[in-house]
Amino acid sequence: MTGWLVPLLAGRLVRLAWLLPVAAVGLFALISLAPIDPVQAYVGGRTSQIGPEQRAAIAAVWGLDLPAPERFASWLGQLLRGDLGQSISYNAPVAQVIAARLPASLALIGTAFVASFVLGALLGLVAGATRGQWPDRLIRTVAVVLAASPGFWVAILLVSVFAVGLGWLPSCCAMPPGRLASEVTLAERWHHMVLPVVTLSVVGIAPLVLHTRQSLIAFLDSPAAGHLAAHGASPLRLAFGPGLRHAVGVALTLHLAGAGELFGGSVLAEAVFAWPGLGQATVRAATGADEPLLMGIGLATLIFVFAGNLLADIAARLADPRLRGQA
Amino acid sequence: MSLRVEALSVSMPGGPVLSGVSLALNRGEIVGLTGSSGAGKSVIADAIAGALPAGAVLSGRITIDGAAAGHGSIALAPQLLGALDPLARVGTQIDRFARLAGRRVDLHSALADVGLPQGAARKFPHELSGGMARRVLLATALATGAEWIVADEPTVGLDDEAAGRIMSLLAELAASGRGVIVISHDLIRLAEIASHILIMHDGQPVETAPASAFMATEQRLHHAFSRALWQAQPGTRFTC
Repeated sequence: MTGWLVPLLAGRLVRLAWLLPVAAVGLFALISLAPIDPVQAYVGGRTSQIGPEQRAAIAAVWGLDLPAPERFASWLGQLLRGDLGQSISYNAPVAQVIAARLPASLALIGTAFVASFVLGALLGLVAGATRGQWPDRLIRTVAVVLAASPGFWVAILLVSVFAVGLGWLPSCCAMPPGRLASEVTLAERWHHMVLPVVTLSVVGIAPLVLHTRQSLIAFLDSPAAGHLAAHGASPLRLAFGPGLRHAVGVALTLHLAGAGELFGGSVLAEAVFAWPGLGQATVRAATGADEPLLMGIGLATLIFVFAGNLLADIAARLADPRLRGQA
Repeated sequence: MSLRVEALSVSMPGGPVLSGVSLALNRGEIVGLTGSSGAGKSVIADAIAGALPAGAVLSGRITIDGAAAGHGSIALAPQLLGALDPLARVGTQIDRFARLAGRRVDLHSALADVGLPQGAARKFPHELSGGMARRVLLATALATGAEWIVADEPTVGLDDEAAGRIMSLLAELAASGRGVIVISHDLIRLAEIASHILIMHDGQPVETAPASAFMATEQRLHHAFSRALWQAQPGTRFTC
């Protein structure tokens, strides 16, 4: 059954082996060209207290006085020894910064991924099964409105209604500020997660709804569904029976392939809700031109997106056996 | 027990596509349906099996032993191989049709009844040959437990040997007590297994003739179109 899986994994590993170095060079070039002075970003408001000699000393400590190719060679040498380098903005090893923030980001992205998939697929199935009727029209309208709504606007709207207006949900952080992590209950953590997860889910839900609906309608219009309908299968029975694999298989493939967008969305959601994840670290590293941290996060993101695409390929082949012979 | 179709007419949104079709068959009997392409043969199959698309308007009577044919009493093995779900294994598909009829199916015998090996249950439609796929379509119709089967072009696209096996299978189904309507362009094979053959042209019935009329050495077909259709079959000639 899974004779196709090993060649697929081997092919993708080869692809990753050449993609990583190419991406590393591209990413380093972009960071080097960014018009931000990392020393100035580090000094910040203390400009009057730090003179040119001290600035030069800081630059020398971080290796910023070297040309970009030399800095890249130095970074690459460290990487090959298993060292991602030292973050300028956090003054800590990059691996440590990423390891400390990755769980919070994965919790946010993972929960949003599952929530948006379940809700998006379910609404898409209902819309497809009731094509042309009021549930379909209502769901489509909501999906199109959400598709046209920028993520930051949705986030601000949710904060103003549920955090500021109604006071039901916290608008900040992964736990109540000023409390030790050991004192925070699981319920409190979930309570803090609601708004960021809803923001992140809502942004990705519209394409899922519309694709699921369209895939289901394609199946319902097919001779296979007609054959079943002629023998008594109702549209709802078709939708939540044989149609599930047709509609949800496509939706899952698209959703996994769009994991990169979810990661991008998490940067925004983490910034708005002060979520202590990689997204927030990315913003801080970018505004501080923190080369080593940006490289570390960039490559981690690349592996995350690559894994999402690989899982999408696997999901597509699991859902549709006709694809299993393809590379 | 008998199935009767009386004055069957069908209109689609674009206009009438079928009018004045009548036929009758008993259990254990095969009635053939043939005619030119676009004559409305598949529309008759869909109308009898309750598989007409939305928007179609049907008039006339379809009865079993005098009572209106109930849902699930007539099963259809459709013409298109695409009627098999490409994402479901054969065993799952046969089981689906049994469940729709509120039955449980013994896959072992369901496959054996249509001459398929047991290994076919785990195959997907794209892994089947044309002949095997036709047999699976028949198996889905039989899984409903219906006593009346409509097989729409069950041999189209098959080589001589595979087509012969499908026709033999249909004859066996009739011999087991089912009533079978077979739609086919293969008039020679149809005449070998059917008791009567209804000939259609341009949405209208031309004539219903006993199968023996086609095999007879004298000219017993009344309508010129029927004779032309028979003579168009390879290797057929009336002697007079």
